[in-house]
Amino acid sequence: MENLIASLWAARFQIAQGLVTTAEVSAAPIALGTILGLAVGIGLSYGPRPLRWLMHFYVDVVRGTPVLVLVLASFYVLAFLGLHLGAKASGILALTVFCGAHLGEVTRGALAAIPAGQVEAARSLGLGFGRILALVLVPQAVRFALPVWVNTAVEIVKASTLLSVIGVGELLLKTQEVIGRTFLTLEFYLLAGLLYFAINYSIQALGQRAERRLAIPGL
Amino acid sequence: MDYVLNFDVIWRNFDRLLAGLGLGLALAVISLAVGTVIGLACAFVVTDGRRPARAMVASYVTLVRNTPILVIVLIAYFALPEFGVRMGKLQSFAASLALYAGAYLTEVFRAGLAGVPRGVVDAGLAIGLSRFKVALLIRFPIMLRNALPALGSTFISLFKDTSIAAAIAVPELTFQARRINVDSFRVVEAWMAASALYVVTCFAIAAGLRRLERRFARF
Repeated sequence: MENLIASLWAARFQIAQGLVTTAEVSAAPIALGTILGLAVGIGLSYGPRPLRWLMHFYVDVVRGTPVLVLVLASFYVLAFLGLHLGAKASGILALTVFCGAHLGEVTRGALAAIPAGQVEAARSLGLGFGRILALVLVPQAVRFALPVWVNTAVEIVKASTLLSVIGVGELLLKTQEVIGRTFLTLEFYLLAGLLYFAINYSIQALGQRAERRLAIPGL
Repeated sequence: MDYVLNFDVIWRNFDRLLAGLGLGLALAVISLAVGTVIGLACAFVVTDGRRPARAMVASYVTLVRNTPILVIVLIAYFALPEFGVRMGKLQSFAASLALYAGAYLTEVFRAGLAGVPRGVVDAGLAIGLSRFKVALLIRFPIMLRNALPALGSTFISLFKDTSIAAAIAVPELTFQARRINVDSFRVVEAWMAASALYVVTCFAIAAGLRRLERRFARF
């Protein structure tokens, strides 16, 4: 027990460092992927046909491929093609591509759930497409999509552990380093699991609060 | 960039890639089977059980769904042997994935059970069936039909999650692709082949499931 406490204390900076990196490599893909997903979703719903095909291809291929394959491919292929991003950036890129495809599909679904009559009504009021999007469609789509968006954010935090495989020093890799030194395998893996649980549970709690705040009575 | 794609090494190793794909599918099927048993039991407990049992199942589901699968896999493979629980790579991975699947399937089946109309349950009780027979002969089949689409997408995501077995050196598809990558430096081809195989398999599964759903939709 004393050994465990001493090891925990000795590992505190390493674990904290890992947590910071995990936050970085999760937050960046969630933010970038949200923008990408919004664009893809709008393109899938309202874009010209060739653009729609292209985006369908992107969404279907990425959704049919495991995240680990995306991470490894982005790490090895980009470096091989002479684009030396480093492990962290290629990991963030892979997770962004994954997040964007999922949220693209989510956005498309949310936009499809809005009755067509509303767009027609807005058009007959003389609103242009940009304003219809900004004033009619997006505010409702955001509310429809929020629960799924929160789930996707949790998935990204969980998927960020896969970056340990390409050597990004996030929480899981730091934990493995500590285990390599202390041999307290179960203890430190459980600690990592607990930290991930805490992060994801808070994301879900925050998401539920946001849902309540954004809810429009009667909608 | 004058890189010439050359798939020779892929064709030479195609049997290994296919064997890896088969292993991944087998792992997904086993975890789905075990996970279904866990999920069914837990869903009935959540719906019909007493409060302490319900709370226990709820904490299992929340805990597992918010923990990265890689952490669970690593705990099962590296930490459990210290406590005398020794399993091979395959068994340990299948057990982890089944535990993971169980948590997701609990939610799937719970939602399916919630969708069983009150009236048919009452009708069953009214003609003198016991509660057990109502559950077995009425609620279970209707629940299964409700849950089929979500069950299918869970199976696809389980299949994709089998790529994570590469982290403990299970020779499935991702592991084989990485080996080709490292051995031959045919980096682009290796990852193109792997993700093409994953995408094609996922599409085939999805198409098969749609047919199955149509079959079951007929009364």
